[in-house]
Amino acid sequence: MPQRVAIVGTGQTDHKSHRPDVNQREMINEAVVRALEDCEMTIRDIDAIIIGNMDHFESINYVDTWSVEGSGGVMKPIMKITTGGTTGASVAIAAYYHVASGLFDKVLAIGWEKNSESDTTAAIVTCSDPVWDRFSYSGAIPSLASEASAYMEQYGATQHDAARVAVRDRKNAMNNPHAHLRKPVTIEDVMASPMLAYPVKLGDVCPRTDGACAVVLAADGIAQKVTPRPAWFVASAVRHTYTWFGDSTDYDQGLVSLKNASREAYQKAGIRNPADELDVAELYLPYTYAGLKYIEALDFCAPGHGPRFVADGHTEIDGKIPVNPSGGVISTNCIGATALLRVAEAAIQIMGKGGKRQVHGANLALATGFGGCFWSDVVLLCGDRP
Amino acid sequence: MDNIAIIGLAQTRYERRKKDKIFLDLVYETTTAALDDAGLTIDDIDNVVTVSNDFFDGRTISGMAVGDAAGAYDKNISTVEGDGAFGAMYGAMRVLGGAGTTLVVAHCKGSEGDTATITNGMFDPIYQRHLGINAVTSSAIQANAYLHRYGITEQDIAMVSVKNHGNAKNNPFAQLPMDICVDDVMTSKKIADPLKLLDCSPVSDGAAAIIIADEKTAGRAAKPPVWIKGMAHCADEYFLGDRDLTNPRSLRQAAQKAYAMAGITDPFKEIHVAEIYEAFTYMEPLWLEGLGFCEPGQGPSLLKDGVTTMDGRLPVNPSGGVLSAHAVLVAGLARIIEIAEQLRDTAGARQVTGAGMGLAHGINGPCGQSHCVWILSKEK
Amino acid sequence: MPNWVDEVEPMTFKGQIAVPYTWWVGDTGSRFLEAIRDQATFLGTRCPDCDTVYVPPRKNCGRCFTALDQWVEIARRGVVTAFTIVRANHPLQPVKSPFAYALIRLDGASVSILHLITKDLARLSIGVTVEAHFKEASQRTGHILDIDHFQII
Repeated sequence: MPQRVAIVGTGQTDHKSHRPDVNQREMINEAVVRALEDCEMTIRDIDAIIIGNMDHFESINYVDTWSVEGSGGVMKPIMKITTGGTTGASVAIAAYYHVASGLFDKVLAIGWEKNSESDTTAAIVTCSDPVWDRFSYSGAIPSLASEASAYMEQYGATQHDAARVAVRDRKNAMNNPHAHLRKPVTIEDVMASPMLAYPVKLGDVCPRTDGACAVVLAADGIAQKVTPRPAWFVASAVRHTYTWFGDSTDYDQGLVSLKNASREAYQKAGIRNPADELDVAELYLPYTYAGLKYIEALDFCAPGHGPRFVADGHTEIDGKIPVNPSGGVISTNCIGATALLRVAEAAIQIMGKGGKRQVHGANLALATGFGGCFWSDVVLLCGDRP
Repeated sequence: MDNIAIIGLAQTRYERRKKDKIFLDLVYETTTAALDDAGLTIDDIDNVVTVSNDFFDGRTISGMAVGDAAGAYDKNISTVEGDGAFGAMYGAMRVLGGAGTTLVVAHCKGSEGDTATITNGMFDPIYQRHLGINAVTSSAIQANAYLHRYGITEQDIAMVSVKNHGNAKNNPFAQLPMDICVDDVMTSKKIADPLKLLDCSPVSDGAAAIIIADEKTAGRAAKPPVWIKGMAHCADEYFLGDRDLTNPRSLRQAAQKAYAMAGITDPFKEIHVAEIYEAFTYMEPLWLEGLGFCEPGQGPSLLKDGVTTMDGRLPVNPSGGVLSAHAVLVAGLARIIEIAEQLRDTAGARQVTGAGMGLAHGINGPCGQSHCVWILSKEK
Repeated sequence: MPNWVDEVEPMTFKGQIAVPYTWWVGDTGSRFLEAIRDQATFLGTRCPDCDTVYVPPRKNCGRCFTALDQWVEIARRGVVTAFTIVRANHPLQPVKSPFAYALIRLDGASVSILHLITKDLARLSIGVTVEAHFKEASQRTGHILDIDHFQII
């Protein structure tokens, strides 16, 4: 029988565009130390470590073994999980299975990226097939812009609709002391920002951030002793279904990977009406249009109703289903950490440690990861032991 | 630990350069062959764990390239970056964690990149990388320290090359089956003292896949399941100068944990065959010491005394080992597959008679910084 | 009719990951590189818990996980704890073979630093004493190769 697993501690750096004061390993260490402090553990309590980032963002091969001094992995089991933008959530899910398997009782999950050290786009274009795709349809912006314009065409959504997502997330970031971009924006600001690839403007996209996140997971029986209110894993699901960017251009179907992954997770958790039942969602929205479209894939609202749902305030911090009280990806994007930050922030809400960004009474939380070739990871956490 | 088993397996033949196949082809080939071996279809697979490395594949998010070929469409999937033995460990965790039947597939086309440059990338970018050090030259430092500490000769470690390339003649998947003598190794091209060309593993192309399942599913498999009795991993310090390179203490810790899980008290008596990750000749005796088969410094005597040869008490690397085929990332998974073949009694000319319990081993990082140890058994 | 697979020409496609990197050294490492650049000296950090003196300096002890901020001056001299003489050439190697990679425990340090020995290789053995030879002050930029090589004494 699998062990039940809960998140008992989280730690993150104070995210910034550049961290000249620390090297990569030292930055990882900051998040680890904070996570251990959060649950009053020492590194000696940790049985195993799972770490993730993307190799070519810092040009480090074998990050698991390279990191041990900072991650705390000296004479411990450590492995690396890497799945692109979804990496952080994939690390969290791998950490879950480390404990659920019964092989380990207390594990540390780490995601990190020091994006200031490379040319993020030069690195990300190399995810495309070198023979067929790399010379043309590469990097994050072209594929996202195509998705956005198709969505606008299908449902009549506007650039204004998308800008509302940036306004919401950037406003929320004001309540998060760790967020990278802590300056509110208006719809006019977003509309006036430079066009990158129609309809995506600079104000619609996530920044590049230096940062790390660490999460401590513990088994049933230990978790309750470590913290008064652990955040229990209820379900997780992953769909990394596409191999080529051209595979995923049937945009009219919505974000299929997120739809299928969230259906699997909802079913495991017995959730029928996500917008009513979920108390908070930390979503990997890499750009504003995702804040309209992906909530439809998550069944928060019907297809095409995303713009109205957001405009009506349902995703505000006091709305029906608060989305990204942390400020989300549009405010902070240290890529390998980003999806783990979603999981950590969801856990923070359940543990009641959100401070000014706390959603009152949060008990059931959703976290997602996005990346790769329109890929999705989904994690459901709950204050009630499953 | 619940009873879980390897119920399907496949590997490609390893070659210096597979001109006719891209790595997707290799992944598809081994995935379908592993399914056939298990008597399953892709619909029976609940999870896929791919193993790849962005440096070797020359692309970011290398896992993105192989989803289709691994049959991962609309399935739960993840990617472990590192040796396949570690990837298999995550696969086993998913089975133990109640996620269902799991396919683990690893690939590498060493022929498509420059291994020296790629492995230079595992060294610290500020303090080490500009010195140009790589997997071979760092291992040569470890080899020299090991030989010096225990008075081991270059001839002693050359014997590993002779044994393993000889064993490879019995393995249809091996890349370098060879009849050689110690003198051939000693006179082969000097690379970095004390390592000569025939002390080093080759650059290889290949892929491997296994299917791991719970006890209930294992009962329906086409072939006898191979039971996973123990598995553990552990990492030592990173900087070479911080470590005692002659003392594989992270291997010792992983082995002790895996033995304890499997209920093994005397590994030398209870384990009948071992496949270990010897990327260089000296690694075989050094890792045998870490695995507790002998005292520190005594590794070479095991071979001199005939213990680790095919007709010895503990045959080591009947497949020819990593010296005879080194598809990086794949190699640890191949060690697991080789032991599974031994325990199924399907290893053909390289079969060790009466093998009931076997050990497989993988490494990550410079000079065997991180080790993964598997104990597999014919009996549940 | 022959199978197409037997007739097709396997083609290749050349490329490389061409991403520029600018790695932050961090405050701790920067102090070490500054000392090399400006004074041609070595600095390490000491762990207050286990007394390990790290060169290059670390911000935290990997063994104890303790934050380190005690600085220690380290000698230019030390002993070779392990080495290899490299016989093959590769474009990433900063000098032509034969040369040696050596782990050198500088006097005052607990761990060894990796560097190059380029001369008198016949005299090289584990335990020999070596000394750092730095590039001219005007040539030093705050780089690990500001140490030109270590010289056997």
